[in-house]
Amino acid sequence: MRLLCHNMLQCHIKGVVNGYPLKIEAEKVETRETDYEPDFLRHIFPRIQWDALREAAAAMGVDDLPESVSEEMLEDESFLKQFHHALLEVHLEQGALVCPETGRKFVVSDGIPNLLLREDEC
Amino acid sequence: MGRTDRPENAAPPEIFYNEEEARKYTENSRMVNIQTQLTERALELLALPDDGEPKLLLDLGCGSGLSGETLTDRGHIWMGLDISPAMLEVASDREVEGDLCLHDLGHGLPIRPGSIDGAISISAVQWLCNADTSANEPRRRLRRFFESLYACLSKGARAVLQVYPANTDQAAMMTNAAMRAGFSGGLVVDFPHSTRAKKYFLVLMVGGTAALPQAKGLDGGEPDEEGQQEVYVGHRKTKRRKGGHGDKASQRDWIVRKKQQQRTRGYTSVKPDSKYTGRKRKDRF
Repeated sequence: MRLLCHNMLQCHIKGVVNGYPLKIEAEKVETRETDYEPDFLRHIFPRIQWDALREAAAAMGVDDLPESVSEEMLEDESFLKQFHHALLEVHLEQGALVCPETGRKFVVSDGIPNLLLREDEC
Repeated sequence: MGRTDRPENAAPPEIFYNEEEARKYTENSRMVNIQTQLTERALELLALPDDGEPKLLLDLGCGSGLSGETLTDRGHIWMGLDISPAMLEVASDREVEGDLCLHDLGHGLPIRPGSIDGAISISAVQWLCNADTSANEPRRRLRRFFESLYACLSKGARAVLQVYPANTDQAAMMTNAAMRAGFSGGLVVDFPHSTRAKKYFLVLMVGGTAALPQAKGLDGGEPDEEGQQEVYVGHRKTKRRKGGHGDKASQRDWIVRKKQQQRTRGYTSVKPDSKYTGRKRKDRF
């Protein structure tokens, strides 16, 4: 699971109001190279919750992301490369996602988070 | 589908799509072809802006990632959700590009509002019409699914869901649930005159006023295509039980409460409450 996916995921247990962002408990992280596409990065940038991405990246061992960002930085090649790496190249293979409100753990195994709910949660 | 029995009647999806069934989806070239064609048609109906920019798409019921591969070929980034662990395992073995999540669509999508550029789904949503366990209530599951889908799409985005409805009632149930969630759009039926090539696409739009796309294979001499695409809402056929226990007033309360419950569940044919509610007909009738 990439951090792009993590950035879009929120807890969907019934009644949860602040189910975002899910905390990452990383056990195994992999880095896989993917094609660098600045167009996509510029397109998706306004929708990324930067704080959540930064926190998630730090939990995965990538801690070189700047604290605050602005639209102008999208012209900067080196920033885009960093952004690309954190968003699309770092994969969470083993670990868990934790709901910030209920503390419910969603286990991630082989890169696939298990988001199935129990009967009493849906 | 080519087979007479519907897989929906065989077992719940997480059981039906086991290792063996999952393997078919990668080894059987006919299935691969059908999936690819359906995905291409779904993408056509999705009508993404032609600006060469990669988009973030959702694949609902992504299975072994066949449709996702078509999305990757077109340069899009995607996330896939599916309920079958076996199918997802195949997808991850094939190293598809998208992110995969094990998830039940009937629980509502776990996606942040306004974050997705479009959604496709190939042959998945009709599974939500199944009541496999006592906790599965199809109308409630459909409602949660469509409401969360509506929320997670960005403004002007579309969702194209290819479905195999068991009958017109089921098609109407899905369409109604989508409309109630706020979508505009409707059902596009490709090749409506052919039993085998006939394909249903639920084309849903967020806040758009665009006309429904043209269906394929509407052969000449059939000007009344509206009639072909219309979905009839059947009458309910449940038997009504004879009156319960207790006095007149509590019987009426019971009826009113039941009707209210049905309204909240999305039934459209519930009669309004009036002073005649719960009264007996005259004997001479």
